[in-house]
Amino acid sequence: MKINLKYRSKRVFLYVLIIIILFFTLAPFLWTIISSISTNQELLSAPIHIIPQNPTFERYKGIFTSTDTKMVAFKRGIINSSIIACGVTVLCLVIGTFAGYAFARLNFPRKNMTLQVFLFTNMIPPIVIIIAIYFIFSKLKLLDSVFSLIFLYSSFILPFIIWMMRSYFLTIPKDLEEAAMIDGCTRIGALFRIMIPLSTPGLVANGILAFLMSWEEFLFALILTTDKAKTITVAIAEFTGKQYVDYGMMATGGVVGAIVPVLITLIFGKYIIKGLTSGAVKG
Amino acid sequence: MSQKKLALILVIPAVVVIFGIVIYPLLNALYQSFFNTNLAYPLLTKFIWLQNYLSVFKDIYFWKSLYNTVYFTIISMVLELIFGFIVALVLNEKFFMKWLVRTLIIIPWAIPPVVNATVWKWIANSEYGSLNSILKSLGIIKEYRIWLSDPFWSMMIIILADVWKYTPLVAIMLLAALQTIPEDLYEAAKIDGANSFRRTISITIPLIKPTIIVVLILRTFEAFKVFDLVFVMTRGGPAFKTTVVSYFTYLETFSQLNIGRGSAIAYIIVIFMSILSYLYIRSMKDNIN
Repeated sequence: MKINLKYRSKRVFLYVLIIIILFFTLAPFLWTIISSISTNQELLSAPIHIIPQNPTFERYKGIFTSTDTKMVAFKRGIINSSIIACGVTVLCLVIGTFAGYAFARLNFPRKNMTLQVFLFTNMIPPIVIIIAIYFIFSKLKLLDSVFSLIFLYSSFILPFIIWMMRSYFLTIPKDLEEAAMIDGCTRIGALFRIMIPLSTPGLVANGILAFLMSWEEFLFALILTTDKAKTITVAIAEFTGKQYVDYGMMATGGVVGAIVPVLITLIFGKYIIKGLTSGAVKG
Repeated sequence: MSQKKLALILVIPAVVVIFGIVIYPLLNALYQSFFNTNLAYPLLTKFIWLQNYLSVFKDIYFWKSLYNTVYFTIISMVLELIFGFIVALVLNEKFFMKWLVRTLIIIPWAIPPVVNATVWKWIANSEYGSLNSILKSLGIIKEYRIWLSDPFWSMMIIILADVWKYTPLVAIMLLAALQTIPEDLYEAAKIDGANSFRRTISITIPLIKPTIIVVLILRTFEAFKVFDLVFVMTRGGPAFKTTVVSYFTYLETFSQLNIGRGSAIAYIIVIFMSILSYLYIRSMKDNIN
């Protein structure tokens, strides 16, 4: 009886804790969604209205139909960010898988040093290199271009992808590959027929991470784009500027900017969790 | 084909992309840091040895921004570790709809920093924000506060936004480490009469220490890069209280157009980060031995 009571109170405590955690996790973003569909009248009154009385989707419609310059820029930002994120994902996966394989399985001179320098570049704050990049890009007429952003983002996402793919390849037993090579496969053949199919979960996780990292990038986009290559994060930041205080639009922009990454995370959550933890636990 | 040749073909694209876009600008910034380049007076550019560095070291605002960055880094990291550990312990238990909770919990992590900043800027809004509204109705504050213009609270709200976004990541990493601890260890300790607090201190924490160190390293380097939150929420104000080094460098370069000095600040950050990573790597080696 005593044990039972102790067990029960422990369970109650656990569920209370779970509810508190879920509240703090979800409330801020839910509140932003609610704000985005509340009327301005409700937004600009205190105390707050938790449930909107007259929900409105006008702001969402506005983003896609309005001809206001801010809205047009926002719409273009969604398209640009999608192109950039997809481009970076493909580029990083192709180059990162090959390099990751070489670091995991092949011997070549200066292997460890190269890997260490790659990881070092990952540690440098972007603000350090952006000054020089701005001037180099402006000389080469590469400013405000979606393609230069794709290459730029790849350069700082790649070291991470290489590291993760290398760790993933290291977990695949060498025998599998060797058996294929004895059966007459070349090393490249074994890479495509054995290693890559076996590392599909790793590829998915890394692809998603590369996509999310380029989708949310802000500093480079802020400085290197002015108009036609503006990304969604820059467009959102413009909604929060000092001269333009439209809280409803600010919330709507935020929701639109977050919806793609949030959906991806909800759908591929299991892969992402695996991808994020494999590197950290194995070291 | 020899192994060396194949390796070369596989690695070269990565080397070109990474070194071309990172290493060259890094060296270029070093070169610039020895000149007094200011785009407002381009004709006066000349080589000035270490004067940029000296002027940065004498600049009280540089030290303030460094202090703000360290403050942000330490407080957010400690909070993320504490909350992350609690969440990880909860997720390590068995309960109803666990898979759903585990998926929902990583949502904040997926939200882009700029959006995160927007979310909290709106919550902390002085007139219509939900923070004021909730705290007042609970009786915790008497008057509405102007959170983001308050010298102490502005930084705390930025830290709060960061903690909200990264606690899930820390929790997931710690959870993965918790799951590697064999159940028998706890059973044995229970038989020896250790209570659950004691078991956490003497079994859980020592066994997940390597992961805690990895989290500390990752979070320090990320926290040092913080820019988006400050840019959207406070623009470094009030009274310089939230100006972190990234934002300080940004102002120096892109609003003062002081390229030489901006590059020198950037290099001081690189040196600082290198020392930090050296110390971390050393402490990691000590831990393994």
